[in-house]
Amino acid sequence: MSIALNSKFDHHQSAHCESGVTSNLLRHYGYEVSEALAFGIGSGLFFGYFPFIRVNKLPLITFRSGPGGIFKKCSKRLGLKVESRTFRDQGQARAELDRVLEQQIPVGLQTGVFWLPYFPPALRFHFNAHNLVVFGRDGDDYLVSDPLFEITVRCAASELERARFAAGALAPKGRMYWISATPEQLDLQGAVRKGIREVGTRMVKAPVPIIGVSGIRLLARQIERWPEKLGSKRAIQYLGHTIRMQEEIGTGGGGFRFIYAAFLQEAASILGVDELEGCAAEMTRIGDRWRQFALEAGRICKGRKALEGSFHELGDILRDCAGREEQLFRNLLLLVK
Amino acid sequence: MKEQDVPQDAALFEQWSEIFYATDEEGNYVLVPSRGWDPANLANIQAWDVIREELEQALDEIRAGRFSPLYYHMLRFQMNAGLLAGYVGLSRWRVKRHLRPTGYAKMKQDARENYCRLFKLPEGGLDLLPERPQLPVATDHQE
Repeated sequence: MSIALNSKFDHHQSAHCESGVTSNLLRHYGYEVSEALAFGIGSGLFFGYFPFIRVNKLPLITFRSGPGGIFKKCSKRLGLKVESRTFRDQGQARAELDRVLEQQIPVGLQTGVFWLPYFPPALRFHFNAHNLVVFGRDGDDYLVSDPLFEITVRCAASELERARFAAGALAPKGRMYWISATPEQLDLQGAVRKGIREVGTRMVKAPVPIIGVSGIRLLARQIERWPEKLGSKRAIQYLGHTIRMQEEIGTGGGGFRFIYAAFLQEAASILGVDELEGCAAEMTRIGDRWRQFALEAGRICKGRKALEGSFHELGDILRDCAGREEQLFRNLLLLVK
Repeated sequence: MKEQDVPQDAALFEQWSEIFYATDEEGNYVLVPSRGWDPANLANIQAWDVIREELEQALDEIRAGRFSPLYYHMLRFQMNAGLLAGYVGLSRWRVKRHLRPTGYAKMKQDARENYCRLFKLPEGGLDLLPERPQLPVATDHQE
């Protein structure tokens, strides 16, 4: 048996999975909401350094907000109704997916990356907060719009099931979500303001020193101590891990700073606030600075630079990023008051 | 980042590209496909390098009789005993038994089949180990 949506699903490749899924689902219902806009309204930008949480024995460093937040916040702020479910039973999860697809509704899924057969093997790690859209089924294959890929792909039901029930940290438990009701008109302006306000508050007014610009400064201080604290081999592993969190597929480059700059550019015309254009340009320059950090860190990892002193240079770049982001977000908070 | 500066360092994505956000000549944001960026590629390969090292050690330890072949397959799938237990529906304690040669020898047939299914191995494939670790990426270590 096959299920296919009447209208073909309009697939757009994007930089980040969750904002891409959100944007693609919104476009399916006729709302021209770009990925950057979805990312901004859903308050996707973040910085968090959690040395006490370990991912593969390495400290958790994140440039984005927690999984699921972008879709939830974006749809709520735009006035859409969404439904979301998780499952204990795999058979039930599959039946429910088919039931919703039969109503011609494209469905967002949270999955693990490790089990998705179409992913290039080099990128398959146990990361369980990936997002994709299923928009139909052809026999035993589901039709998948994975926003990280240029075109839609097929995925065998058994493989998709494994990915939906990936085990470990952030286990998706078959989570599926879809848009169930749409308003006549989207309140774009209000949504954009709310989105900016949340990110600004988080970045400069976080009550704990591991989040936002204070988190960046904490990382700057700690990075300088890595060589003596961990030894050169571990220090280089930590550094490589930091580059991955910042630059690996799904970030749009520069730890999401460029996507956010693109969002600010759109926000300028939506709100009619010209100063936001300047903020977007500054965000771009900050993103470039983050790229420089990754470039220098990469040189150290490759052994092209002596360890001594280089970690202090990295700390300086991070402090520069922190200082400029602090100023930018304070500015933004005033502009969207 | 400017449009023309979007890196195209192909290494990991096979036929695919990822999307980068960059600015055009007027400073407006555009989406540009990228084949990859060296520092990010390097960091990814470094992560595989750690896995390769673990697998080499594992093969040595299995040959020395300290661990069972299951240990190699578990690490090849980037798992620890807890995660593996979650996937095959056994207790972590039991999986740990199977990781030792004695526990492995006494393993029940259905547990064996479960592991084979998870690791996509044919019947009896659990016992077969490669000479050297096999990874999806070539990790080059000049040192």
